[in-house]
Amino acid sequence: MDFGIFAVLAQDGVTNGAVYALLAMALVLVFSVTRIIFLPQGEFIGFGALTVAALQSSQFPKLIWLLIGIGVLTFLVELGSALRQRRYKPLPRRLLMWSVIENLIYPQFIWLLAHSLDWQGMPMAVQILFTLAITVPLGIMIYRVAFQPMAEASVLVLLIVSVGVHFAMLGMGLFIFGPEGSTTHAFTEWSTALGEMPVSGQSVVVMAVAGSLIGLLYLFFDRTLYGKALRATAVNRKGAQLVGIGTSQAGRMAFGLAAGLGTLAGTLIAPLNTVGYDTGFVVALKGFVAAIVGGLASYPLAAAGALLVGLLESYSSYWASAYKEVIVFTLIIPVLAWRSLTSGHGDEE
Amino acid sequence: MKMSTKKLQWLMFGWFFVFPFLPVPGYWITIGNYIGLYSIVALGLVLLTGIGGLTSFGQAAFVGLGAYTTAYLSTTLGWSPWVGLGAGLVVSGLAAALIGSVTVRLSGHFLPLATIAWGLSLYYLFGTIEFLGKYDGLSGIPALSVFGIDLSSPRVMYGVIWLCLGGCLMLVLNLLNSRPGRAIRALAKGKTMPEAMGIHTAQYKILIFVLAALMASLSGWLYAHLQRSVSATPFGLHMGIEYLFMAVVGGVGHVWGAILGAVVMTGMKSQLQDLLPLLLGSNGNFEIVVFGVMIVLLLLWSRDGLWPWVAGVWAKFHPPEPEVVAPAIAPDGYSDLPRRARPQAGALILEVSDARKQFGGLVAVKDMAFEIRAGEVVGLIGPNGAGKSTMFNLVTGVLPATSGEIRFCGERIDQLDSRHIVRMGIGRSFQHVHLIPHLSVLENVAMGAHLRGRSSPLAAALRLDRHEEARLLFLAAEQIRRVGLEEHMHTPAGSLALGQQRILEIARALCTDPTLLLLDEPAAGLRLKEKEALADLIRQLKGEGMSVLLVEHDMDFVMGLTDRLVVMEFGSKIAEGLPAEIQNNEAVLAAYLGGVE
Repeated sequence: MDFGIFAVLAQDGVTNGAVYALLAMALVLVFSVTRIIFLPQGEFIGFGALTVAALQSSQFPKLIWLLIGIGVLTFLVELGSALRQRRYKPLPRRLLMWSVIENLIYPQFIWLLAHSLDWQGMPMAVQILFTLAITVPLGIMIYRVAFQPMAEASVLVLLIVSVGVHFAMLGMGLFIFGPEGSTTHAFTEWSTALGEMPVSGQSVVVMAVAGSLIGLLYLFFDRTLYGKALRATAVNRKGAQLVGIGTSQAGRMAFGLAAGLGTLAGTLIAPLNTVGYDTGFVVALKGFVAAIVGGLASYPLAAAGALLVGLLESYSSYWASAYKEVIVFTLIIPVLAWRSLTSGHGDEE
Repeated sequence: MKMSTKKLQWLMFGWFFVFPFLPVPGYWITIGNYIGLYSIVALGLVLLTGIGGLTSFGQAAFVGLGAYTTAYLSTTLGWSPWVGLGAGLVVSGLAAALIGSVTVRLSGHFLPLATIAWGLSLYYLFGTIEFLGKYDGLSGIPALSVFGIDLSSPRVMYGVIWLCLGGCLMLVLNLLNSRPGRAIRALAKGKTMPEAMGIHTAQYKILIFVLAALMASLSGWLYAHLQRSVSATPFGLHMGIEYLFMAVVGGVGHVWGAILGAVVMTGMKSQLQDLLPLLLGSNGNFEIVVFGVMIVLLLLWSRDGLWPWVAGVWAKFHPPEPEVVAPAIAPDGYSDLPRRARPQAGALILEVSDARKQFGGLVAVKDMAFEIRAGEVVGLIGPNGAGKSTMFNLVTGVLPATSGEIRFCGERIDQLDSRHIVRMGIGRSFQHVHLIPHLSVLENVAMGAHLRGRSSPLAAALRLDRHEEARLLFLAAEQIRRVGLEEHMHTPAGSLALGQQRILEIARALCTDPTLLLLDEPAAGLRLKEKEALADLIRQLKGEGMSVLLVEHDMDFVMGLTDRLVVMEFGSKIAEGLPAEIQNNEAVLAAYLGGVE
């Protein structure tokens, strides 16, 4: 292998690694705030990419139907829980008003917007923003419907619910998008060369977007009160509740962010790869491997793990392409062995 | 609740044996075969997840290992399927031991995640390796035969599968109802309690992971010779997830829940696959949506699965009987159970000198020194936050001391872990009781007798441990009588009052045959009557020659009870002496009531 190939593979690895880093961040975020292992992350990758593709080919983004449906469901769940608590406290009218706006009116507004504008001609950034306007509320609603009622359950029960949601979303994905995958337009045709190494504009965009998002997340968690509140929830749920942090809000926030990051990851890979409704699962699992390298707790370590996964995948696709997936997923065993040897003693449940 | 629903269980199981003799269509037999195969895997998961508290999404990969091993050996090499069975078990067992040993020391959620990755990588491996036929898999696998009798018909295979399931059930039930079984049940309570009973938690975790993998491998072997061909698809992650679903839906804490879960899920899936395309058209994968939604709904409705509900309904008509009963008279060999030599009254047994514990910059225990002599009841008291519990943790081995020495009967214990300390004769109770709520008082107390027996898991599964088991249960029952809980012998421990639960913990500690008993805030949260009963018990134990160290902050409780008091504040000893002296000690009064500045 000469330096040229080496450099191209490295570039590929870092580009993919940047996407995995976004996913790993989202997984660490959701796990630390809610103790939920967020398997449906993968569906947001597919849904995001396919919705952008639909907008670009001037089809109606059918994901909006799912948003409307789950919106109605969420409203019913909130209405039901308000009615059930009527014996102890008055009907929370303001909250229900908001619920109507968020869950019933907003999706219809999006529906109107999708119909009334010409999305095909818009710049790609606007198309992506519109996609986020669909998927982020979807993530929040899913938390509200499936997870919030059992937020206190064990990690195992939450994990199984997570799998249930993954199955349901996967099936809906097939129904909405069909079995065919799509690609989206390239972000840019621009490319350059760094010495002897050709650099594609696509890679630059992916790295820049991922890098700045990671920076923003860092600022958010380190500098803002809201970010600190989320971290407090992660450390001690009860304690956070006692000092007035709404842990349900924190959970919704985490899911909204995770859905957004998943969608972005999807749109970042879609110009180069054909993305189908079920592509995301394996991609998200690679994000998982990265997150596990970070011990599901540390953002910088998770990002480092993501780069490692990306590079490993890229080089193993050159030397042993058939075993690419095997190598990436087997990485987890030595990583865990190392963690096990370095950790002092087992944790108490 | 783990009370007997035996009739219901065997009724359920018996029905499946009658089933193939009925004139049912072949399709039903096929479904019955799959239910049997799935149940074997789910049974392993119940042992692993519901009872031992570890989760695996990778069982399908172990099924695949079992299936591919026998497929390769019997087609390419032309060996007997029976060799394939043995080889598959060995391969799966070794793989499980490897994965288990790298993950058991990490906290709970790493094992499930590791198994997801492992399940995926093995799935891709099956689909990539040349000699395993890549994604086409291997076909032409011979049918099973015994002594020349051909077992290829589905109805005959049904018998084979359900016999295997029955065998596994027997072994698992036997195992759970034994000394190693109680150790496995204790695992779900974290690490501190089982280790304090002398249970090697890491070993037992690896054991149940290997056992679950072996059952999965057996199921894979049966699958390969039933189907006569294997390919990668049924061993993927989705199947691994479905196995876990079956166990959870049936009731992951209950052995019989495995079969119930397999029946419900297999039945539901086959119905959904037939029904939904009729209702909703066939251009979507609706069964997976409905499937996912039903899982979420079921868990919202009942987090413990279906079996507890079924058993509850059954129990209304058939009052349960206790399942584990101690022999009424001392069994043979009971008097031969090894007992520790009692130190002479007044001999020095515990000696703490300059013990220190630092957490970063915080010195929680600062150069503490005190001693306990045989037959004494010593109280370690002090206001909240004085470092009493840390001191307690140093003596019991939950934490290692930063510096200084702690000696028990002349031997240093400050760097030993709790599993070794209990072996030397220090028994303990917990401030927040650590019990298995659904097990009876007898079974909980018998956990303390872990070190008094030695029967292996294999002997237990084959019921070769019954003599020893009778001795251990009798020992436990004796301790229950000793502390006065005999009325509640078969009551689930979770339904006792807090005071009784504390006393139960003392009985459990007594099973370890201690010479020194450490009680961590035993009176906290108790009502007056309960405190009196507890004080009476401690006096009675002292009368029997036991040495006791009480960590307390309730002054009144320790005053009339102890021979000597050691008072701590801010990690240091501020006073030591007879209770009456301590009551008038100015430093102590200042610590408790606030001094005059």
